Amino acid sequence: MKLSRKFLNDYLDIDVDTKVLANDMTNVGNEYDSCEKLIPATNLVIGKVLECIPHPDSDHLRVCKVDISSEVLNIVCGAPNVRENLKVIVAKPGAILPGGEIKKCEKRGVESNGMLCALSELGLDSKFLKEEDYTGICELDESAIVGEDPIKFLGLDDEIIDFELTSNRGDLLSILGMAYEIGAIYGKKVKNVDTSYKESGNIDFKVEVKTENCPLFLAKQVKNITIKESPDFIKTRLIASGIRPINNVVDISNYVMLELGQPLHFYDNDNLGNKIIVRMANDSEKLTTLDNQERLLSKDDIVISDGNSKAVGLAGVMGGLSTEIENTTKNILIEAAIFDSVHIRKTSKKILRSEASNRFEKGIDPRRTYMAIDRCCNLLEKYADATIIKGMVEINNIDIQDKEIIVTLDKINKVLGTNITKEEVIDILNRLDFKVQENNNEFKVTIPTRRPDIKIKEDIIEEIGRYYGMDKIKGTKLVLPLKEGHFDKTKRQIRNKMISLGFNETLSYALIPNSHVNEYTTDKFTHINLDYPMSEDRKTLRYSLLYSLEQIYEYNKARNYKDTCIFEIGKGFYKENNEYKEDLKLAGLMTGKYYLDVNNTNVDFYVIKGVVEELLDYLGYNGRYTIDYKQTPKELHPGVSANIILQGEDIGVIGMIHPSITKDKVFVFEINLDKLLKNRTSNIKYKEISKYLGMEKDVAFVVNKNIKNKDIIDVIKKSGGKLLTNIEVFDIYVGDKINEDEISIAYKLTFTDNTKTLTEEEVMNIFNNIIKDVENKLGAKVRNGE
Amino acid sequence: MQTEKLCKEIKEKIENVTNLKSLNDLKIEYTGKKGIITELQNGIKDATDKKEYGIMLNTIRKTFNELFEEKLNKLNEEELNKKLESEKIDVTLPSKKIRVGSKHPMTRTLEELEDLFVSMGFDVYDGPEIESDENCFQKLNLPLGHPARDAQDTFYLENEYEKYLLRSQTSTGQVRVMEANKEKGPIRVVCPGKVYRRDDDATHSHQFMQMEGLVIDENISMADLKGTLETFCKKLLGEKTDVRFRPSFFPFTEPSVEVDATCFKCGGKGCSLCKGTGWIEVLGAGMVHPNVLKMSGYDPEKYQGFAFGTGLDRFTMFKYGITDIRTLYGNDMRFLNQFTRGDEDR
Repeated sequence: MKLSRKFLNDYLDIDVDTKVLANDMTNVGNEYDSCEKLIPATNLVIGKVLECIPHPDSDHLRVCKVDISSEVLNIVCGAPNVRENLKVIVAKPGAILPGGEIKKCEKRGVESNGMLCALSELGLDSKFLKEEDYTGICELDESAIVGEDPIKFLGLDDEIIDFELTSNRGDLLSILGMAYEIGAIYGKKVKNVDTSYKESGNIDFKVEVKTENCPLFLAKQVKNITIKESPDFIKTRLIASGIRPINNVVDISNYVMLELGQPLHFYDNDNLGNKIIVRMANDSEKLTTLDNQERLLSKDDIVISDGNSKAVGLAGVMGGLSTEIENTTKNILIEAAIFDSVHIRKTSKKILRSEASNRFEKGIDPRRTYMAIDRCCNLLEKYADATIIKGMVEINNIDIQDKEIIVTLDKINKVLGTNITKEEVIDILNRLDFKVQENNNEFKVTIPTRRPDIKIKEDIIEEIGRYYGMDKIKGTKLVLPLKEGHFDKTKRQIRNKMISLGFNETLSYALIPNSHVNEYTTDKFTHINLDYPMSEDRKTLRYSLLYSLEQIYEYNKARNYKDTCIFEIGKGFYKENNEYKEDLKLAGLMTGKYYLDVNNTNVDFYVIKGVVEELLDYLGYNGRYTIDYKQTPKELHPGVSANIILQGEDIGVIGMIHPSITKDKVFVFEINLDKLLKNRTSNIKYKEISKYLGMEKDVAFVVNKNIKNKDIIDVIKKSGGKLLTNIEVFDIYVGDKINEDEISIAYKLTFTDNTKTLTEEEVMNIFNNIIKDVENKLGAKVRNGE
Repeated sequence: MQTEKLCKEIKEKIENVTNLKSLNDLKIEYTGKKGIITELQNGIKDATDKKEYGIMLNTIRKTFNELFEEKLNKLNEEELNKKLESEKIDVTLPSKKIRVGSKHPMTRTLEELEDLFVSMGFDVYDGPEIESDENCFQKLNLPLGHPARDAQDTFYLENEYEKYLLRSQTSTGQVRVMEANKEKGPIRVVCPGKVYRRDDDATHSHQFMQMEGLVIDENISMADLKGTLETFCKKLLGEKTDVRFRPSFFPFTEPSVEVDATCFKCGGKGCSLCKGTGWIEVLGAGMVHPNVLKMSGYDPEKYQGFAFGTGLDRFTMFKYGITDIRTLYGNDMRFLNQFTRGDEDR
């Protein structure tokens, strides 16, 4: 909302610098975006061209002598309309215009001490300028006084505060509302609006309201108007408010809307006929609006139609072209109404946002609806020679009554945490022009209809707080019973562990392209798309985090970063049994060198497997999970990937990214943390350390490559029994010394008994059984030392 | 005479020795089976004055042993020094890299705030990112069609317009925590988490992080809100930070305030960051609207409380001097590697 300082001054006598006013308004909750002069140009003065002769060295330049009262300036001017005796706007040397600073200079050998200005050179928005404002200098009226300020002479000596209003303060979308708000700051009363006029004749008009979305509709006839230019005060206030003046009648409707906040519509009564029907539009009904655009309506739009039910206006948004005020219009019908804000919001969001719709969306004071009719009549009578017709059509389903709200001094101070006195409360309410009755520290406050945002006692407390000064509230330390605060320690533990394992934490977007949502998983799930996504790239909620990590790896690779080692904790989304679900997931990716291994070797499957095992063991799942191949996503190398299985449940995948996606060796894993963490872990339980030394035996088995380490270990474990307390793989060999389809795996077996020292014989018995079992069950051969 | 001569001779010989082998040879020469001192010892049985002979012999042996030990230590030390010298390395050559990872700067901010609030007895709660329109708007006093919904251009899920959405604010946590606690009474909670809005430029990301705070009890006031936010801002932006309240409007609080903190860059003097005002807008806050209390099962006549909401991205950007929000979500390793050191908050 652009507030014109001069417009405000019409209703409020205050002597405050505009910048100070803007800051004071911010302090009561009405933030401003900018506070500027309407015409920022400086050093301008009214001058009179005394002499105007052709430039000796140019076809189009003239050399002028210009009287600016204090002196006569020699100015070279190129405008085609410069001539002797013309009153002009002179920018003196040192003047700052939007185009730059004016300096003394020579133009083709002739001294020029300033510039004669066109209106377009002063910084006025182009929508207010006509063609002649660009092609020639501004011709001031003969009445202009040489030496005085031309901006003031033009009535453009205004200052504008552009407010960013909060959505609850529709009342501030009017000069009058602003005047009440600002008046309360400085303790000044708002002046009365002149709504007087004479009436004659009798109204001949009917209104039928066929929808509940129009609770108030007023129509008044005005005849014999003269269309002409508006008086200067109307034009300049419209310009200052950002609205282009058109003619006196259209301007008055805009002027009154700005002044009172009630949008109005004027119809050409002769084109409209003598009846209006307010109804909901039909689906695919069409209407050509004032801006000559054909609009397609739907049953949610409110329309105004004529007696034949032909749409003539999109209620609350924009009028129709067929009943527009034209230069030949003689008789008009004034509409002032209230339309349902939710419907207007929907329509304007779909079709067009206008000054009118903005006000309807935020709510209108019904008293202003009546006032606006009278104010229009007052101005039309004065400035359009109109005859106001007696009577008004009035469809009113609103009970127009001031609200009464009761609030106590105790509650005010309890909410604000202040010690505001009774007198201070009464003073603030008086300044706001709210009636108040006080009885035993209880206030009965009458809220005028112009403030529909005030509904409950807390709203009044806010008013008190705003004008008392929210910033005067002194902070106090919370005094509450001692209590432990809880937070999710597990997520933090996992994060810290991953970091200590050399991984950088990433933060990527949950929205990904739909085409990638099924990657890096073998799960069957229903993915979730957005309604109207920002772009195809951000259309679908991710299920796996691994696509995002793959993208991060690619991004960094393109920047020559080779040793990417990253993880992320985030949600994976899906729909199940018509419910939206989200699972917390942990994903990791590593490639290049691994910097926790002091030899800085290249990452392989066993490195990332080590990371996963270390994490799971750290979290207390030691011995409860296995990493083995069941079925892995097609984005992983089928021979170098596995599933992470916790107590029979598949909780994640691990493996190398498929060579068809990247030729680099990139390893990833993903664990569903919700599935992992639902399995509780127990506390660490100390096991008595054996007093007896264990005995170690080494054996290497040569087996077919189809046999997995896990198979061998399973047999060893089963056969070894209780006394076999540790199995460790210490060497793996493939090569010339054994067959091509064979592998040799060497194990160090530890045997311990907590009750005695084992004898060589006891151990050898078990050891030989183990060897026999592995040989028999897996077709293994013991590899003899070379 | 013979003693003195012999001692002198021993001294000279040992002095001239330069290595362990020669020293060892000398030992054999004097104390070996046929060594000089051994021979002398054997001669004691023929001596006339056995006592005098014994004293003489002792002097000689003692002289030899002492000088020998002294020389041996000296030679050993020389040997060791030589060895140490030969083992000298260039300590300025690069180390073998042991590199741990880094915590994302957003997480650093998040954890710092969690710790602060937990230390004040707040619980931390993070609800689902997919929410119902009811929890995200309606129960926060933003009914369907409310104009303030425009400020948050929300992502609805496919075919779920005005039904299901990606939460546009962590205020959803207020609703969920209140509904879960309504039988129990007072609440102290912060709800940090990811939120989503249709917005993407240098200062807005369509995905970002917020933290909502909520305190409900029988006597909670705006003054408590201010005190809490003062603690919060001082912790995050420095001890000298002041907090300023400006009245504002949010549908779920009444009264509502915008909260400014002293510009951390200029200390309040006014600079380009704070547009010359000395203040930076950091939070929105207020007293929980009675309708919101009521809808989630709290009697507004008995309970009152405050709520606040802030963007973690903004604080993170302030703290580390990051100017483009997209940097936070770019995951450039050159960016992430700058956060490998331990938390500032020790």
